[in-house]
Amino acid sequence: MTMTFAQEAGFIVASYAITVFVIAALIAWIVLDYSAQRRILGDLEERGVTRRSKRTAKEAP
Amino acid sequence: MAIIDLANPTRFIALVNRVLPWLIAVTVLLFAIGLARTMQAPDDYQQGATVKIMYLHVPAAWLGMMAWGIMSVAALGTLVWRHPLADVAGKAAAPIGAAFTFICLVTGSLWGRPTWGTYWVWDARLTSMLVLLLLYLGVMALYWTADDPNRGSRAAAILSLVGAVNLPIIKFSVDWWNTLHQGSSVFRMGGSTISPSILIPLLIMAIAFTLLFVTLHLAAMRNEILRRRVRTMRLMQAQELAEAHS
Amino acid sequence: MSAFVSLLKRDMRLAIRVGGGALMGAFFFLIVVVMMPFAVGPDLGLLSRLGPAILWIGALLASLLALDRLFATDHEDGSLDLLMMGDMPLELVVAAKAVAHWLTTGLPLVLITPLLALMLNVEPKALGPLMLTLVVGTPALTFIGLVGAALSVALRRGGLLLAVLVLPLTVPVLIFGVAAANTAIIGPTPFGPPFTILCGLSLMSLVIGPVAAAAALRHGLE
Repeated sequence: MTMTFAQEAGFIVASYAITVFVIAALIAWIVLDYSAQRRILGDLEERGVTRRSKRTAKEAP
Repeated sequence: MAIIDLANPTRFIALVNRVLPWLIAVTVLLFAIGLARTMQAPDDYQQGATVKIMYLHVPAAWLGMMAWGIMSVAALGTLVWRHPLADVAGKAAAPIGAAFTFICLVTGSLWGRPTWGTYWVWDARLTSMLVLLLLYLGVMALYWTADDPNRGSRAAAILSLVGAVNLPIIKFSVDWWNTLHQGSSVFRMGGSTISPSILIPLLIMAIAFTLLFVTLHLAAMRNEILRRRVRTMRLMQAQELAEAHS
Repeated sequence: MSAFVSLLKRDMRLAIRVGGGALMGAFFFLIVVVMMPFAVGPDLGLLSRLGPAILWIGALLASLLALDRLFATDHEDGSLDLLMMGDMPLELVVAAKAVAHWLTTGLPLVLITPLLALMLNVEPKALGPLMLTLVVGTPALTFIGLVGAALSVALRRGGLLLAVLVLPLTVPVLIFGVAAANTAIIGPTPFGPPFTILCGLSLMSLVIGPVAAAAALRHGLE
């Protein structure tokens, strides 16, 4: 194994960087998806669309 | 129209909302400890500093396989008990499992370059993980192409179970194929020679990665529940409009 | 059992009839294999070494791509619903359709193999083992592909989806099929072990395929 430390460090840094990138992308996707779904739900509720569970509770006296 | 009963998922969302901050805190803490221990861990006498890649590669491989296990258990829940949370759990696990399998392959390839001299060797373990990634892509393709989420998740559940039965066979075949053709160049990390100074950071990193997976999975499940709720509400809105016009 | 046989006969008649496309798999196989020398060059030594692998890949693609319409036509004209409501267990229905499909698509493919093997300069002594592996291995491909066919008809999607779902699952069959065929040409290893494992894989797929495909149809088409 005649590889210098600088060369090895490149591979180590690259693998850590790619791992961080993939996990960050996952987190970003999940966070953005969450806020998007919350926003759409808010819009729908504002427009008066209710869920079945709430409606049956309201209609049943 | 099969509308999911929302009562149970609502309680689940409340639970996730309460647990998630704590999970994130513990995960970050464990990663801090694990990375610090990783920095201090000694180099391998054969592989030098590149052994540090192992602290990412091994946990990622473990999670790639564990996610398929979760998907198979969720598949049983979908097909046998028709549990709506099982659908959601299976669907949320697929992209996360695929991402960790991908990390395992990339770090394995980067580890292989200084060890083998090339980026990709058709090594038995790497090849098995590659087939696992292809299976993940198949399951995700099923979810993408299905126009009805219930139908899609049941189809994906069947594919997950067929995959779970086949994965050990694929692993065995690839091992056999590999010894037939080259029979050399396997990662040198036999269980007996691994020293505690390497093993302990590895264990901490494995636990940290597992907690990261649990955190991401719960958050993705919450997203999926909300997405289905949006879909149900839109369908009802459309139905009401149709009734109003008729 | 008579219901099984009559369904088998019906499917075979439909496949052989004009427009049934029974021989399409064999034509596709022929074309894929003939394309190979254009890609790797006409070197007979190289071709004879790659021969079994080329023939196996061709057989794999041909049997999977032909499966695309296995349930789709029956679903479109409603006969699949009748079959699902009938007395015969759905697993048997699905198995009968798969057997009929193999007899009309897989078997012709195996039968033209000697001709193609000759063109690829595969040694005559390897021809027997090669045919034997294909006879045993192609039913496994059909029965694994059956799951993909059922899933894609349940989702009303066709084409490449089936291949994407199923190809990774056929890795073991490909490995042991090619390995067993190669033992007669290169391998110092005996023919027995890989071939028996291939037989085992085939028998397993004979069970798993119909069960999973029936489950896919039941869950997908209700």
